[in-house]
Parts: sequence; C-alpha cells; structure tokens
Amino acid sequence: MSIEQENKTEVNLQRRKILTGATGVVGAAGATFLAVPFVSSWQPSEKAKAAGAPVNADISQMQPGQMLTVAWRGKPVWIVRRTPDMLKTLPTLDGQLRDPESAESIQPSYCQNELRAVKDEYLVVVGVCTHLGCAPLYRPAIGSPDVGTDWQGGFFCPCHGSRFDLAGRVFQSVPAPTNLEIPPYHFVSEQEIRIGEDPKEGGTA
Amino acid sequence: MSDLKSEQNKAPGSVLGWLDARYPLISTWNEHVGEYYAPKNFNFWYFFGSLALLVLVNQFVTGIWLTMSYKPSAAEAFNSVEYIMRDVEWGWLIRYMHSTGASAFFIVIYLHMTRGLLYGSYKQPRELVWIIGMLLFLVLMAEAFMGYLLPWGQMSYWGAQVIISLFGAIPFVGPDLALWVRGDFIISDATLNRFFALHVIALPLVLLILVFMHIVALHKVGSNNPDGVEIKKFKNAQGLPIDGIPFHPYYSVKDSMGAVFFAIPFALIVFYWPEGGGFFIEPPNFEPANPLKTPEHIAPVWYFTPFYAILRAVPDKFLGVVAMGGAIMVLFAMPWLDRCKVKSIRYRGASFKILLTVFLISFVVLGYLGTQPATPELTKLAQIFTALYFMFFLVLPFTSVNEKTKPVPERVS
Repeated sequence: MSIEQENKTEVNLQRRKILTGATGVVGAAGATFLAVPFVSSWQPSEKAKAAGAPVNADISQMQPGQMLTVAWRGKPVWIVRRTPDMLKTLPTLDGQLRDPESAESIQPSYCQNELRAVKDEYLVVVGVCTHLGCAPLYRPAIGSPDVGTDWQGGFFCPCHGSRFDLAGRVFQSVPAPTNLEIPPYHFVSEQEIRIGEDPKEGGTA
Repeated sequence: MSDLKSEQNKAPGSVLGWLDARYPLISTWNEHVGEYYAPKNFNFWYFFGSLALLVLVNQFVTGIWLTMSYKPSAAEAFNSVEYIMRDVEWGWLIRYMHSTGASAFFIVIYLHMTRGLLYGSYKQPRELVWIIGMLLFLVLMAEAFMGYLLPWGQMSYWGAQVIISLFGAIPFVGPDLALWVRGDFIISDATLNRFFALHVIALPLVLLILVFMHIVALHKVGSNNPDGVEIKKFKNAQGLPIDGIPFHPYYSVKDSMGAVFFAIPFALIVFYWPEGGGFFIEPPNFEPANPLKTPEHIAPVWYFTPFYAILRAVPDKFLGVVAMGGAIMVLFAMPWLDRCKVKSIRYRGASFKILLTVFLISFVVLGYLGTQPATPELTKLAQIFTALYFMFFLVLPFTSVNEKTKPVPERVS
C-alpha cells in the first residue's frame, strides 16, 4: 500500500495544486531573472564599446578621382576626391535613385545635401553596403559592362549587385535599401580630415 | 534473429544478466536494432540515413582533434589553422577530413531529404520524423555556418558579415539583434570566440539530441519504403510484419557496405581534391580576414548557394531575407501541403512528378546561380527559378487533392 493511499483522507488536492502552481510561477520568474546575465553577456563588451576613437586622414597627396581607405571602428571609411565631371553628373542621376535627397539615409545633418559632403570635392563615406555589410568596390570608370552600360561611375557591391553613385546614393531596383552611411567628420585643416567627430561649433565645417 | 535474444533468459550471475538487471540493455537493443523490423525493399536511397550518422561521427572525432591545436582568437585563428596544416602530425588529414566531411554531410542530407520527397516519407504517420529532420537541417546549417568562420579567412569573414547582417533586415529589432549576435560593431574576436563555443559545444549537443529524437520517432512509427505502403498492415502468426526484416543483421550489414562505397570517394577527395575545386574550401579563404576589403566575388559554400541565390534574386533587403527564410521554412509544412493519400512517387500522378522534377531542377540551378556573380542577366534567371521553387509549394496543395494516382499494391512489390 502506498503512502498516498494510506493517507487518502488527509490529501488536500486543491492545496497541492496551488502549491505546485505557485512553485512553478516562482521558478519561472527565477529562470527569467537568471536568463538576463546569459543574454546580456552577448552584448558588446565595455572594451568593444570603448574602441571607437576618431581617426585622422591625410588627404594632401590625393589626386582627382582617387580613393583613400581609412579604418574607423574597424570599418572601412572611403575618401574620394571627386573631379568636376563627376560632380556635374551627380544631379542628373536623381531620377534613377531610391533616396536622392537622403531623407531615409544615415548622415550628419551637415552632409544631408545633394553631394552629401562638407566640401563638394571630398566624399567621405562608410564603405559598408547598407544591404548586408560587404565593402562595395570603387568603380569610377564610365560604362563598365558588368555594372551596366549607362554606368556613370560609383560604387558596386560584388556580393549582391547593389549600386551607388559617387555620392554614395543608392540606385533603384537593387537590394540595398538606403544610401551609404556618412560618418561624422570635419576638416582639421586643408590637408587633414578627422573621422568620427562632429565639427565644433563655428569650426571648418 | 539477434544473438542477444537468447541471452534474455540467461542465468543470473552472467555479466550480461547482471547488467540487464540494472539497465534495459537487451530490450533497448531489441527494440531499435535486433528486432526493429524494416521493410525488405529498401533501395539505394535508403543508405543516406546511416551515412549521415557516419559523417556525424567523422565530424565529432575530427572536430575534437582539431580543437586540440586550434586557437579561437582573431589574432591567432588563421595561423593556427596553417599550423595544423603544416606542423601538426597528420594535422592536414584531420583538417581535410573535417572540411570535406562538412560538404559530404550536406550531400548526404540533401539526398536523404530528396528520398523523403520521392517516397512521401513526410506523410502521416511520419510528420514528426520529418519535422525533427527539418530541425536537424536547420541546426546543421547553423553549425556549418559557424564552423566556416573559424579559419578566419577572407571568405569566413565576409560570409559571416553577410549572414549576420541578415538579422539586421528584421524591422525594429534587427540592428540591435545583429549587434547582439556579433557582440561588437563589426565581426571581431568576440564573434569568433562565441561562434567557436557554439560550434564545438552547444550546437553539437543539440544535434545529438535531435538525432536521438529523429531515430526514436522513426522507430515508433516504422520506416517508410519505396512503395510507400505500411508493412505493419500484414503480420505473421508471431505478430511480425511479413514484409519486414530485422535491422540487424540485414540492414546493419547492408549499411556497412554502403559505408564502404561512401568511404572510397570520400577518401579520394580528402587525399587528392580536398578543396573541391574551390567549392569545399573557397580560394579567398587562404587569405587572412581583412575587414577593409571584400573579396571581388563573394559566394557562400556550395551547400548554402540555393538559398543565397533566392536572397539575391529579391530586390528588397527585408523581403529577400523573408524569401530566403521562407524557402527553408516552407519545407516544414510539406506533410500538410501535400494532400495526396498515395505516398510513393511510383504510384503518383503526372502532376506531382512534374512539380517535383521542376522543384529539384530549380534547387540545383539556384545552387549554381548562387556561386556566380550577380550580373543583371543571371539575377533575372535567379528570379525565374526562385518563382519555380516556390511554385512547387503553392501549386501542390491544389493538384494533390484530386491527383490521378495509380493503384497502390497492398504489400511491397
């Protein structure tokens, strides 16, 4: 004979159910709290968060049409010295672009203009495709067969075929949703750009 | 019949008797091996289940040995793999067995899944076998993806960059989720280290549990066969299926033969063609990861390319991710999308044969397109075959209801 049968008259099933339920609820709450450190442990560490210092780029040696790559927060940042011809074609592309005014895209307010730059000649842009994070290729030559015969120069992402113009603005019917991101930056002098820092009030911006 | 069966009444005092009194040794053996009755008409397609198990063992053993020399840090990972390849005794063999094993795993699994589609192995009463199998497929893909980051080559890095960015396409929570998965603003040491932990501990454990459940679920309902008829319907005087034979020794021996015939090409590839023409190990992966430069042409390893081609075919970031995820998830619903009572393709109507053929061809063509650069022409082609891929699942529920099937035999032929 089991203990339960022996004590049949004394078993209060209602009470047992409530106690079991209460234990379950308290246990679930405890498990939820316990999950917090494990889930949070995947967040960027303090060390990773701190590694975002600004970098300086020397642009004194740049030729017209040349591109320079600088690493900022581990990401490539491109500086392109655009030629007058390049600058002239940019406004003509508006009709083919997804976000010509950069309304949906990420850039500091001082770069939300047609050429997306502080100084028209220099484009400073994060070289990470807004689709899935590849580094697009700089393709300044006009009419490349693999990119398109009407190609006016710009950036082409080899991963999924996204195309951007020479202001980092995305073309229509490509997978990338928005224009390339413009980082905060300012000109320290005529020869030097500081990336990762907004211009100071009344500075050279 | 099983050798162990006669031991059941062994006198107390024998080692086996002692063990069996404390652990369900004989009954477990009998239920799953010695007296597990499988249909007698298994054909070539039925090798791939046991082969998948064999490859799993290969991955476990070679994987454990690799961790003995591999260093999961961004600074040392690439060099430690080179160290394994050049300096560790037989390291090259163990590494190539592991990397070739990964591709072999997917070849075997894709054939195993094709078998399921051909003979209707996903149908009632095997829906759970199919769903657990699909979960295994999902976990295997995650396992393979995380493993591919570990050598820290160019393709490791940029492949991971692309796949993790997929999470970023999810509205609202996406960017935070991608950041959480990476543990940094870019793919970094933190990402590599956690992928290592998941690849060598967490996911293999999940795989093992799911494999166990897959087999338990299968043995509960019994194996399907190329005729798609239930052998349990006809039993002899002892209550055993007339058209069944015990797994051991009949299929244990047959599967061993299968293992030998699998091992021959596997060894040839490991020894003479370990990079698989750039499909098993991609050329850019012999270059250390460089966060500032994407390789000219980036493609995932061949076994992900069909889904990758679907991703690229959709000219919208979020919808592309949805289509890619949907292409995998829709397979879970197969038992309910296919409403035909007849299981095996042998007795099914023309509509199913055509649909399945188009589906399998689309899968292969998408797999090829996923390895190619995204030119406008090829993207068009990928869009057509993506549509054909999904057409299978959209049309099947309608055509399968009133399908013109052939008469199904009562017993296996």
